[in-house]
Amino acid sequence: MAETKIIKTMRDAIIEKIYDQMHCNDRIFFLSADFGAPALDKVRDDFPERFINVGIAEQNLVNVACGLGLEGFIVYAYAITGFLSMRAYEQIRVNLALSCQHRPINVNLVGVGAGVSYDVAGPTHHCLEDISIMRTLPNIVTCSPCDWVTADRFVDFSINHNMPKYIRLDGKPLPNVYSHDCIINWQKGFNSLYKGSDICIVSTGYMTHRSQEIVHEFCEHGENIGLIDVFNLAPDAEALAAEIGRYKKVVTIEEGFKNRGGLDSLILQLINEKRLNVKFANIGFDSRYIFKSGGREVIYQAAGLSKKDMIEVITKSWD
Amino acid sequence: MNKFQKLEDKTKWVKRELLKLHKLAPESRIASSLSDIEIFVTLYYGGILKYNAQIPLSSERDRFIVSKGHGGVSLFPILADLGYFAKEELRKIGQSDSFLCVIPDTAIPGFETINGSLGHGLGVACGIAVALKRKKSDARVYVLCGDGELNEGAVWEGVMFAAYHKLDNLVFIVDNNQISMLGYQKNILGLEPLDAKFKAFNWEVLTVDGHNFAELDSALTIFKTKDNNKPKALIANTRKGNGIEGLEGHPMSHVMTLKADRIDKILEEYDG
Repeated sequence: MAETKIIKTMRDAIIEKIYDQMHCNDRIFFLSADFGAPALDKVRDDFPERFINVGIAEQNLVNVACGLGLEGFIVYAYAITGFLSMRAYEQIRVNLALSCQHRPINVNLVGVGAGVSYDVAGPTHHCLEDISIMRTLPNIVTCSPCDWVTADRFVDFSINHNMPKYIRLDGKPLPNVYSHDCIINWQKGFNSLYKGSDICIVSTGYMTHRSQEIVHEFCEHGENIGLIDVFNLAPDAEALAAEIGRYKKVVTIEEGFKNRGGLDSLILQLINEKRLNVKFANIGFDSRYIFKSGGREVIYQAAGLSKKDMIEVITKSWD
Repeated sequence: MNKFQKLEDKTKWVKRELLKLHKLAPESRIASSLSDIEIFVTLYYGGILKYNAQIPLSSERDRFIVSKGHGGVSLFPILADLGYFAKEELRKIGQSDSFLCVIPDTAIPGFETINGSLGHGLGVACGIAVALKRKKSDARVYVLCGDGELNEGAVWEGVMFAAYHKLDNLVFIVDNNQISMLGYQKNILGLEPLDAKFKAFNWEVLTVDGHNFAELDSALTIFKTKDNNKPKALIANTRKGNGIEGLEGHPMSHVMTLKADRIDKILEEYDG
């Protein structure tokens, strides 16, 4: 029998798991840049000595997290993801990426509001650059889960891997893609959700949900296309190349600027490095900001990213 | 004998070593490294800092962050003298087989953090101070910051954080040498009244002559004994390029270098 889908925010899933871990692991600190979540109230109430609201100060959030990390604590630094990754970028570079090369630091940057999930808030709160800029930094694991199950599993991974990490979470409640008891292989970094014949979509984050819908539409027309969900932006290259190499055509779909170092660049580089005989296309935001209210679909329409647009890219002539 | 004779002797030696380092690596910021020598000497030889050169990351050590990395070159001879690394390393500064860059980082034994990108030290120190309190450690965390570095906004995020969280195990030393890269700080943004700023943020503040051992020792000793729920700021008024004619107080001293023959002449004068 099919498992019931549960709709939940990634942030609540991750914080609930961290909360559980804080009971048995007194080395965990949770820092927030004055940013909340329903699940965070329990952390604040039950662990006042290990919960710190640093205020609306993302730079200091990362600096304080670094200091605690240098002293051997496991730190979660929580903020709106665009501000966490971009306001504090140089703090991340110097105090995490550079520093951890000589001294271990287990700081986990947990950002909420990936892509355009803060849809009506406008472009300051959209985050279409983070995968690209975080991938540029050595020594930072960049994670982009598509559902609350993956977000939940990040916590065990983060505790056991003593290095800086960045995880970008969608702001909206979403149904699980992975089964409730699924084991997420972070070293592998991706998962093949559907096997197809000729065409394969590679997606990350929220776009994995949209890609599932596209796969289903193709399926209704009798065509099987594959779908690979990438949740660690430094996936096992050999394994991913083997998976992609099975197809004739690969199209990346991401909620980020295209041709700017994001998921598309990762896959294209893999195709080049491994000399894979596959054709490539990419779907993402063009290089301009979207000033549109009305919700995610309206933004997608304005950006030429409606489902119809995407299907057109996938079915166009690839020559 | 003068109580601080040893510190004065060490300072003369550090200054000589600094000049030799500058001769080998003219890219080093000599003026910036001359204003903080007495601060380093007091911390390391004056019984202020707890350290263990054999175990640089011993848990009991006081943590010292040289946030103004440009002025950290004068700490190299001190760390070598104390045994963090061999003195021969000093002669290799800037060479391909040396870990001594002109802006220090954690590749050098004795340095806690990556330095030189300004405005990071205090925030990191805040995290360390929270961690030390959590561990119920008696160790303290010291930060050396330039006055020009105070222009960085992130410093003030740390200033607010430290006071709110009552980090009285944190000592923030401002090397107030008055000059940043393009001239006098008073002509750039102006920081005065600096002590009033820290007091307004609920810090404990002392102001000293940063080249005077009695004053430095007295203030830093007071700070060590005062667990009054307030972070401590020491404003050390110093002279950029201290003691070198033409360099001291020059508005462009930050980017000025001393030529090799000039360094030789100064060293001869010191020896004479």
